[in-house]
Amino acid sequence: MNTELMKERWKRNWYKFSANPLSILGLAVVLAIILIAIFADFFAPYPEHAFVFVDFKNAKKPPSWQNLCGTDMAGRDILSRIFFGFRYSLVMAVSVLSVATPPGVLLGLIAGYMRDTWVDTIVMRVADVFLSVPSMVLALAVCSMLEPTLYNAMLAVTVMWWPWYTRLVYGAASSIKNEYFVQAAEVTGASTFHILFGEIFPNCLSTIFTKMTLDVGWVILIGSTLSFVGLGAQPPTPDLGTMVSDGSKYIPAQWWISLFPALFIVIIILGFNLLGDGVRDMLAGD
Amino acid sequence: MNIKKYVAYRLLSSFFVLFGLSLLIFSLSRLVPGDPARLALGPMAPQWAVDKLRAQLHLDEPIYIQYIYWVTNVFRGNLGQSLVTRRGVFSDIVEFFPATFELVIFSVILSTSLAILLGVTSGKYANSLWDNIVRITSYVGIAIPSFVWAIMSVFIFGYLLRWFPTLGRLSSGALMPPKVTGLLLIDSLIAGKLDVFRDAFYHMILPGTSLVISRLAQEARITRASVVENLHKDYIMAARSFGIPERTITLKYLLKPSLIPTVAVMGMDIAGSMGGSFIVETIFNWPGLGRYGMSAMLSNDINAIVGVVMLIGVFFAFMNILVDLITAYLDPRIMMKLRSG
Repeated sequence: MNTELMKERWKRNWYKFSANPLSILGLAVVLAIILIAIFADFFAPYPEHAFVFVDFKNAKKPPSWQNLCGTDMAGRDILSRIFFGFRYSLVMAVSVLSVATPPGVLLGLIAGYMRDTWVDTIVMRVADVFLSVPSMVLALAVCSMLEPTLYNAMLAVTVMWWPWYTRLVYGAASSIKNEYFVQAAEVTGASTFHILFGEIFPNCLSTIFTKMTLDVGWVILIGSTLSFVGLGAQPPTPDLGTMVSDGSKYIPAQWWISLFPALFIVIIILGFNLLGDGVRDMLAGD
Repeated sequence: MNIKKYVAYRLLSSFFVLFGLSLLIFSLSRLVPGDPARLALGPMAPQWAVDKLRAQLHLDEPIYIQYIYWVTNVFRGNLGQSLVTRRGVFSDIVEFFPATFELVIFSVILSTSLAILLGVTSGKYANSLWDNIVRITSYVGIAIPSFVWAIMSVFIFGYLLRWFPTLGRLSSGALMPPKVTGLLLIDSLIAGKLDVFRDAFYHMILPGTSLVISRLAQEARITRASVVENLHKDYIMAARSFGIPERTITLKYLLKPSLIPTVAVMGMDIAGSMGGSFIVETIFNWPGLGRYGMSAMLSNDINAIVGVVMLIGVFFAFMNILVDLITAYLDPRIMMKLRSG
């Protein structure tokens, strides 16, 4: 594709994306969070407070100019810990989606292309089994059977996440396989590999990409819930869910210990949801 | 295919899916590192007692033999013994289910009716100030995890404003009404105790809203979108050109088709609430299945985990069939397909 055309396409996409001010807001929030997460050492007012640090003299201090979000039960600056917490939320989302999507998409492609064969039946019924209980219940169950660590929480969420992609791509692939260009490829003797990845897959890309952006918020939500109940990251890791749960014992007197991390969880999810909606509007009808 | 055949088909396929679910969850539960028998008896128990419990639970047999034992017991209504409460998992579930059922139904009714009200009014007057308020609020609402709302509402409505109680199903002094259905709202009415009814209702507000806050926002958005879409359909225009009052148009012609997408996601909603109940019941100390399941999970009580997950699977399957039937009732096109195809 020549550069002129690429430029034109980017311009048009940006135009569609920026038509909604909320999408821009979402993009800005997400960019800010990513920057803060990467350079947490730089942005955090007290980066040494992120992990093990004790200063009982300054414990449970309400928000002030020194500690914008107050300090927790060990005297650690809450805002600093929140900034480091962004890292864990983002790592969770990126790793879950990048591990769950490829197998999910692959199975969906194959099952969709081989619709009404035994392959279709097996793949889709297995996906149904994974979707037969609410995702939260399955994630909690899987998580509880493993050691409670951040990695196992990611594993649990990944296990329940792939079927959604299988189902999505299955629907797309089984309708695309009837298009003329796929039939033409079949007639000219193209390999199954080529038809799957050269013809069908590129046409599913925008659907997959949209779902991935919309899913970031959900993964962060489930991940923070798992660590809230103690099945995810363990203290002293500055994970937002863990911080909310630790601080909830001090409500109502020291409300800031859990309410600020909670507020930032909402902000992260909101940012990604707004961005995802913008991406969906941008890629719709393309 | 007529309706009866359709339902039979759905029941049969649910049965196979649930069979698959039991294989999945059962094998997961037996692959847990650590010895469930040792865990149940504690580190001080003598080795012979652990060995005896292991034999009792068939833990020394190969996993497929264990599964066969488990399945035959399930068909006898026996889900095994909880390693923590030392009682049958089935009787535990029977005891804890009504509290969760009441909470979930309460919150789904609450969220659906509020969502319809908000969605229809904001869609009907699209781009008005009210519409924008509803839209922005629902954006934020969707992003609030249930545990965050639970914590925040306990703080704001429980401690600061003191409007609602934050723990349990009834105040500590209140007498439980005689058990008929296990649902406190209904039992208290049967017993004719209005003060208990009020108390139970108040206790349900905070956990109930925590369960559904993001679903409510999502549903309001879906309803709004479908109202906006239907608002410009030809049959609405036709009704308007006949001079039919706007009120009648909204209630009689606009509402029913606009509700189809909202009702269609209700099944997911009930499921989501069941999932959310694990967290919310733990926070509000609600004596239901969610809290039971959560504590089973935290203490590696394998029989209880398998039992609770299976029960939720069964409940979910039934709810989905029910919701599909309601959707078919609302949408004549689906009904026709069912009748002819």
